[in-house]
Amino acid sequence: MKTHALVLLSLAGALSAQSPVTFDRILNADKEPQNWLSYSGSTRSQRHSLLTQITPDNAKNLELQWVFQSRSLEKYESTPLVVDGVMYTVQNPDDVVALDAATGRVFWTYSYPVSPDARPCCGRLSRGVAILGDTLYIGTIDAHVVAIDAKTGKAIWDMEAGKAASGYAITHAPQIVKDKVIVGMAGGEYGIRGYILALDAKTGKEVWRFYTIPGPGEPGHESWAGDSWKTGGASVWVTGSYDPDTNLTFWGIGNPGPDWNGDKRAGDNLYSDSVVALDADTGKLKWYYQFSPHDEFDYDSVQVPVLVDTVWQGRPRKLMMWANRNGLFYVLDRVNGQFLMGKPFVKVNWMNGFDERGRPMKLASAASSKEGTLILPGNQGGTNYYNPSYSPRTGLFYIPSWDNYSSLFVKQDQDFVEGRTFGGGGPRPTTSAPVAPGTSNFRAEDDIYGAIRAIDPKTGEKKWEFKMADVTDAGILTTASDVLFSGGREGYFFALDARDGKLLWKASVGGAVRSGPMTYTVNGRQYVAVDAGNSLFVWALRQ
Amino acid sequence: MTALILAGSRSMMTAVPMNLSLVCVFLLACGALLAQHEYAATDIENGGRQYTNNCVYCHGPEGDQIPGINLLQGKFRRTLSDDDIARIIREGIPGTGMPAQNMNEGSARTIVAYLRSTAAVPASTVAGGNAARGKTIFEGKGNCTACHRAAGVGSRSGPDLSDAGALHRAVDLEQSLIDPSAVILPQNRMVRVVTKDGTTITGRLMNQDTFTLQLIDSQDRLRSFPLADLRQHSVLITSSMPSYQDRLSSTELADVVAYLVSLKGTSRKEAKP
Repeated sequence: MKTHALVLLSLAGALSAQSPVTFDRILNADKEPQNWLSYSGSTRSQRHSLLTQITPDNAKNLELQWVFQSRSLEKYESTPLVVDGVMYTVQNPDDVVALDAATGRVFWTYSYPVSPDARPCCGRLSRGVAILGDTLYIGTIDAHVVAIDAKTGKAIWDMEAGKAASGYAITHAPQIVKDKVIVGMAGGEYGIRGYILALDAKTGKEVWRFYTIPGPGEPGHESWAGDSWKTGGASVWVTGSYDPDTNLTFWGIGNPGPDWNGDKRAGDNLYSDSVVALDADTGKLKWYYQFSPHDEFDYDSVQVPVLVDTVWQGRPRKLMMWANRNGLFYVLDRVNGQFLMGKPFVKVNWMNGFDERGRPMKLASAASSKEGTLILPGNQGGTNYYNPSYSPRTGLFYIPSWDNYSSLFVKQDQDFVEGRTFGGGGPRPTTSAPVAPGTSNFRAEDDIYGAIRAIDPKTGEKKWEFKMADVTDAGILTTASDVLFSGGREGYFFALDARDGKLLWKASVGGAVRSGPMTYTVNGRQYVAVDAGNSLFVWALRQ
Repeated sequence: MTALILAGSRSMMTAVPMNLSLVCVFLLACGALLAQHEYAATDIENGGRQYTNNCVYCHGPEGDQIPGINLLQGKFRRTLSDDDIARIIREGIPGTGMPAQNMNEGSARTIVAYLRSTAAVPASTVAGGNAARGKTIFEGKGNCTACHRAAGVGSRSGPDLSDAGALHRAVDLEQSLIDPSAVILPQNRMVRVVTKDGTTITGRLMNQDTFTLQLIDSQDRLRSFPLADLRQHSVLITSSMPSYQDRLSSTELADVVAYLVSLKGTSRKEAKP
């Protein structure tokens, strides 16, 4: 019966006018599961869909429907949006494409002229767009925000939000809150001073700005020695979450700079490697929690904050769940930032528990050194920007994980030069790591491996894992029919039973899956979509 | 009413980076443009498209943005043969703002064809209009917004004119107002489909292939149809836009043209210091 209800709902959506995407629709995305209205599927960012047509029993009948091959050889890390039968996605670096979500045929393409000043550290790419009303928003690798007419692909406004020549860039999908478009600056490898901006959605005019490194006179400024705050990085490159009850927008903040040498930035280096909770109307800091004080291992905390309302130790509580690049899974109270739990989900050797305030007890030996220090997890982390998922049905939190993974962290002296990389050393691999399908994997069984790991968030204990022969950069999608979709660097996209991790179906897509899957319906038929390699693949059940 | 006009959309013309705006800066010596060949109408049409894609951002829709030359009126700094122009397009002029264009000989020749054709057409006859009055007519008496969008106002069922002045000459805009069917760019064509249940839908053609067709309908909905689900479909090569020759006075026409010429599209804004 539930399936039928959703099918009818989907049909109604397809037949109705393509009405503007109001913020109320974004807030109530669960009421229209046929659509995918924001990067993580909802403001709570659980990446959990209420669609149920694809089930553990019939997932074996999934069949490829269409492929969109982008005209870019850059890796694809985006999640598309779908609004009433129309899909909006990016074509790297910053083109936007409108497609028929049922067939993949193109309505229009917006081509963004990237400045030659752009210098993103780690890929000339965009992770997606946002929509409000009939307008799409993209942040670009030359640090512009562009508003685009969703019907025609015409640019409406184009605002320079940062200085590309100095290393500022935008690579994540913007967040919409009320009448604002919120973006953060990437550039943590260039010695930027990071910030988060809210722009007026109609005009592009700046409404507020929050610097992720406090300036002189602001609380937290003392956590940076000397002038190190001016070049301390603390970037933003993955979309945050929003809680309407508290009107807080939550963002994960990236590594301090220089990445691998903390000698000249003594102190905790706030708000690097933290989550910040900002008043969405003013940008004022309400609270923060720092996962990795004085980081020298590139432990960006740019993961998607997952918001969950559930019973915690006997009473209902508004929680934030977070699997961090530093290898630990956290539960925080998202109203006030109180630390409730932290527990490793992969092998970790840089800390040994928490003090009574929730600050990690870092080992004295856990510091970058001239000769190199072996640290687990390694530089890419126990997880990274890869989208996690939470299923209210199973009560489990799902993490794309790298385990048995270490790096040798080596520091070097480096002076800051504006617009040039500012790392202060770097990680050295301790195991071989294939980077794409087509390269050979020679690992022994106990070497580094990737896994989809299901965690009970109430205890931090592992419930099950799906182990892969290579690591994974893929996000995770779960559905209300207990299907979990994900993939890996080997070039497989697969479906698991969200209850026990049993493999239900797999497809060889010939390119690494580095993006978060999503799902939608058109005319009552459920589709699941994911980027792999430099193409977008879409499946549905065989008819 | 569904109006059709020339407005080419940069967004529809993919893979045209803004930094190609330097591509066609003809720093040429002054002299008359000599007609040397007869060109086919299709070459002229394709050349106009190439000019809009590659040259207009530096040279402007009127071809007169570089001091001392007017490409579309045949004014150069020295006399140039067709071969000279095609070579300059492809190789650029070292040491100047005119870079080499990655374009084959055939495409360069179509631009030459376009330049030769425009030089033979007189400039707009409705110069001197008032853009502010033109905006009032556009949104009021002219009822242009029933089909067209400009600066965020109006329907999307006809071409968006927000950057009409950045892409098109006044004379072409004037012609579209007087004789809308004379020239319709392919991206501005309308299409009529009849579904198997007999419903007729007319909209602006967005895309088509052997098996499907995409359009934007009069209610601004993006719609995609499997051809197998259609009783018939036809791309319309004449415009349903009425001529404004007798609907507006010559002064009003001049005002509307002045307004359209003033529409330069999205400009990049600077960061807050």
